[in-house]
Amino acid sequence: MNTVLDFCDRCGKAKTALPDDAHVACAEARALEPPRYCVACGRRLIVQVVPRGYSARCSRHGEVG
Amino acid sequence: MTDVLDTLDVLATAREQVLEHGRGLSEPDLSRVLDLPDDRLPELLQLAHDVRMRWCGPEVEVEGIVSVKTGGCPEDCHFCSQSGRFDSPVRAAWLDIPELVEAAKETAKTGATEFCIVAAVRGPDERLMNQVRDGVKAIRDAVDINIACSLGMLTQEQVDELAAIGVHRYNHNLETARSYFANVVTTHTWEERWETLRMVGEAGMEVCCGGIVGMGESRAQRAEFAAQLAELSPDEVPLNFLNPRPGTPFGDLPVLDAKEALRTIAMFRLALPRTILRYAGGREITLGDLGTREGLLGGINAVIVGNYLTTLGRDPADDLALLDELSMPVKALSATL
Repeated sequence: MNTVLDFCDRCGKAKTALPDDAHVACAEARALEPPRYCVACGRRLIVQVVPRGYSARCSRHGEVG
Repeated sequence: MTDVLDTLDVLATAREQVLEHGRGLSEPDLSRVLDLPDDRLPELLQLAHDVRMRWCGPEVEVEGIVSVKTGGCPEDCHFCSQSGRFDSPVRAAWLDIPELVEAAKETAKTGATEFCIVAAVRGPDERLMNQVRDGVKAIRDAVDINIACSLGMLTQEQVDELAAIGVHRYNHNLETARSYFANVVTTHTWEERWETLRMVGEAGMEVCCGGIVGMGESRAQRAEFAAQLAELSPDEVPLNFLNPRPGTPFGDLPVLDAKEALRTIAMFRLALPRTILRYAGGREITLGDLGTREGLLGGINAVIVGNYLTTLGRDPADDLALLDELSMPVKALSATL
């Protein structure tokens, strides 16, 4: 049985629920996008983009890198 | 053979009418420009660049933007991840005043002369107007930069207040041709947007109005849109390329072909020879580094540096280095006042 270790921070799906290469496109897109989902729980993040960076916060896990 | 003659004619017309006399092309001629064959693209871009240099000069206006109110918008603009009507991952967020001032400071450090405060709303309510009023004052007290706003559709009272507190330019995009607008937005009309732009111009604020290319519109509709913008005669036209956002109705549309994007940039320059034509969202995924350079040599004379509202942009240092390499000086603040 697979154990869900984490979630994709772009699409929010559990990584073990999809093939290993399913998130390659997500990773590429993330070069120009902030994270949108918490990798620990898959919840949507509250994200604020500013000109030189961004902040992202999960309601359960707090600030995200 | 007729096509070739048409092509020659439209470029000759553009040289005489736009380059020599500073008058934009008509809608039919703009359509012909978009139908130029690929092998004429370098000639078209060079002409657009010559027009920009002749009527605008070598300077490039640099701007930073920030979202003061993100997500939860009641409108249904099909390209937008901030609509509350779609299954988008973007959650609602508010920027406080100290964060807003910090964003303006970061923008000014890049040499930018423009800082635009943006909100995802149909139009501002009292809470947002209070936030903008306080934010504009705090920025003016702390940073030497021009302040623009983009807050959706305005009432006459709101227009007058923004002008009175020193907002020098107001952005409100028509987004696309009038004939295609209903395919993009159904919760308000193109004419409602036009009315806000009319009030903004009459109040003495600079008018900033552009749109997004690559939302399924035809080439003829791109020409129609450019001609409609020319009729509005805005001070600035921000040109976005669709960056398909997950969860939106346009989330599965293809990214616009780079040559088509460059052709469109040149066409807008030939429609609007004296206007600030700004690279806005989507250029990174549509044009990449090489295309960014080609656009700056094909009619563009302004850029948004750094991040966008919900997505990230190139490092400002990369854009500034490119401008330096192209001998395009960043427009100084004193030149804008």
